Amino acid sequence: MSGQTLYDKLWQSHLVEQRDDGSALIYIDRQLIHEVTSPQAFEGLRISGRAPWRVDANFAVPDHNVPTERQERSGGVAGIIDPISRLQVQTLDDNCRDFQILEFQVNDVRQGIVHVVGPEQGVTLPGMTIVCGDSHTSTHGALGALAHGIGTSEVEHVMATQCLVQQKMKNMLVKVDGTLPSGVTAKDVVLAIIGKIGTAGGTGYAIEFGGEVVRGLSLEGRMTICNMAIEAGARAGLIAVDETTIEYVKGRPYAPSGAQWDLAVAAWRELHSDPDAHFDRVVELRGEDIKPQVTWGTSPEMVLPIDGVIPDPASMDNAAQRESTERALHYMGLKAGMAITDIRLDTVFIGSCTNSRIEDLRAAAAVVKGKKVAATVKRALVVPGSGQIKLQAEAEGLDKIFTAAGMEWREPGCSMCLAMNSDKLGAGEHCASTSNRNFEGRQGFGGRTHLVSPAMAAAAAVAGHFVDVRNW
Amino acid sequence: MKSFTVLKGIAAPMDRANVDTDLIIPKQFLKSIKRSGFGPNLFDEVRYLDQGEPGQDCSGRPLNMDFPLNQARYQGACVLLARDNFGCGSSREHAPWALEDFGLRCIIAPSFADIFYNNCFKNGILPIVLDADVVDRLFQQMYATEGYELSIDLERQVVQTPSGESIHFDVDAFRKHCLLNGLDDIALTLESAPAIRSFEQNWRQQSPWLFDVIR
Ligand code: SF4
Repeated sequence: MSGQTLYDKLWQSHLVEQRDDGSALIYIDRQLIHEVTSPQAFEGLRISGRAPWRVDANFAVPDHNVPTERQERSGGVAGIIDPISRLQVQTLDDNCRDFQILEFQVNDVRQGIVHVVGPEQGVTLPGMTIVCGDSHTSTHGALGALAHGIGTSEVEHVMATQCLVQQKMKNMLVKVDGTLPSGVTAKDVVLAIIGKIGTAGGTGYAIEFGGEVVRGLSLEGRMTICNMAIEAGARAGLIAVDETTIEYVKGRPYAPSGAQWDLAVAAWRELHSDPDAHFDRVVELRGEDIKPQVTWGTSPEMVLPIDGVIPDPASMDNAAQRESTERALHYMGLKAGMAITDIRLDTVFIGSCTNSRIEDLRAAAAVVKGKKVAATVKRALVVPGSGQIKLQAEAEGLDKIFTAAGMEWREPGCSMCLAMNSDKLGAGEHCASTSNRNFEGRQGFGGRTHLVSPAMAAAAAVAGHFVDVRNW
Repeated sequence: MKSFTVLKGIAAPMDRANVDTDLIIPKQFLKSIKRSGFGPNLFDEVRYLDQGEPGQDCSGRPLNMDFPLNQARYQGACVLLARDNFGCGSSREHAPWALEDFGLRCIIAPSFADIFYNNCFKNGILPIVLDADVVDRLFQQMYATEGYELSIDLERQVVQTPSGESIHFDVDAFRKHCLLNGLDDIALTLESAPAIRSFEQNWRQQSPWLFDVIR
């Protein structure tokens, strides 16, 4: 019998009941809650008169709807101008109070994007099963946890039963060996992976990311990669636990300490795939081959290296591909044959659970230091992923570098990643964005998103169009 | 949850690949704290010519008449024919809520995104995966025939076309059982409460750092 993958181990250790029909009951260690996908779940509990199975397994923070402008933010929940957003954030506060769930409220200095706050606080730990009513829950897999997004019915289900009914996924290994050229980051790696396997390439799989390049990344970089596993179709992304993971977790507010720390570390050291583990699919990439990536279309798989040119639908044999390329070019207002470096930007957004951690902000600041945002760029936003990151960045003087360059320094939240608050693209605007989705309308009605790394976004802000950050 | 046994009615097209949940229900409507009333905003960005806002009365908004669901021949549709990777993107359950509220109870596509597929079953919607060439054939037949109706029998796992052709589909036994009977998942899982408790006890002993910390 072959060995187990990391996913197999996590599945096995949380298996409550295997049913004859192939479904299984899986125990959930942690549920992360935010304001958008939880109100209907709490309502469901109330209607059916059920209590949460284990209050201490839940943790909440509002992020999607919160304003990021200091002025509006300073008023707390009551200060949120949009009454519908205000009600949703208020509803989260009310629900957490009623059900006694720990919540970092809007003005708590620890507040931030749920997927940034969880790891930062040690609320998410290696070896856990973690769910959240948000598809980017895959982020937490970077710590060697089994983490994935669920729908609101399942949020209610987990609250009420501490379990999830699941079918076991298949195993995929994405191996990136070699070394990354300087200027090429975790974001470029994951975009290159999606470009290779497609947005449905990982459907039905848990993807483990491995290889020298992945092992060489910081935990922040690993989170960027797992964050976008869902953009490759996989609900869960995973990375084996190593020294980097353990060092990262050590000393976090909700991480174990003392004798429990030693116990935990001993258990976490087992969290890797066995050398003879079987993967249903293996995909390999070389680090040296990866260049800075830019998406040109309306799906993350529509991605090219910075020296690429926009594809020509006329040259495509496959009718469906031709049609979707035509549609994307029309929406994006781009022409076949145009160089990626000729795409002009109206807006730059540095933030989101993909790229708003301190390392990302440092990388962007290094690029814009002493320079100015191009006159043709109407707006450049920098939105830290959490209050802690904001403080850290300010302590390092990064905020000054951004504002001196003409960028706006905001309060933490999802912001223009999905434009639920007032941070939106206007119709037809092109945006260099460090977020994870370039779908039609994602960042605002008619908005045109190009996904890039923080350094690439910063360089584009200064140049006014995409440039190769390797030559910066 | 509404049960799903036999469904017969008009089929309508959503003829593009990778339809994401932002397209099914744009994010501004996610601000609602209710789970009903999303139907008028289903496919909002392609269905109307203006930009929709939550809480707005949609009856007077300008319609995009190129969008099939606005056309007379597809009125009252309860089956949606779709292409590859339908429902990709976010985990928002508002997507199936909007489809269901609109009256679409069955979606047929060559493939679905995982989370969306799963969310459908929780909301009385049956997602059916058929081979791409079979789906393509259904699209052609539908375009050629005004009033094209499909009949879906979940018990027998069969889609029937107007010409009498029966197409078999697969569905996982547990999900089928729940959908046929409109069963509440939570009540079903709670039948396993003793197993959950005994697992939890062991787990707490093995991994005490996972318990009683977050509060
Ligand atoms: S930052 Fe964007 S992707 Fe991440 S949780 Fe917020 S909205 Fe979702």
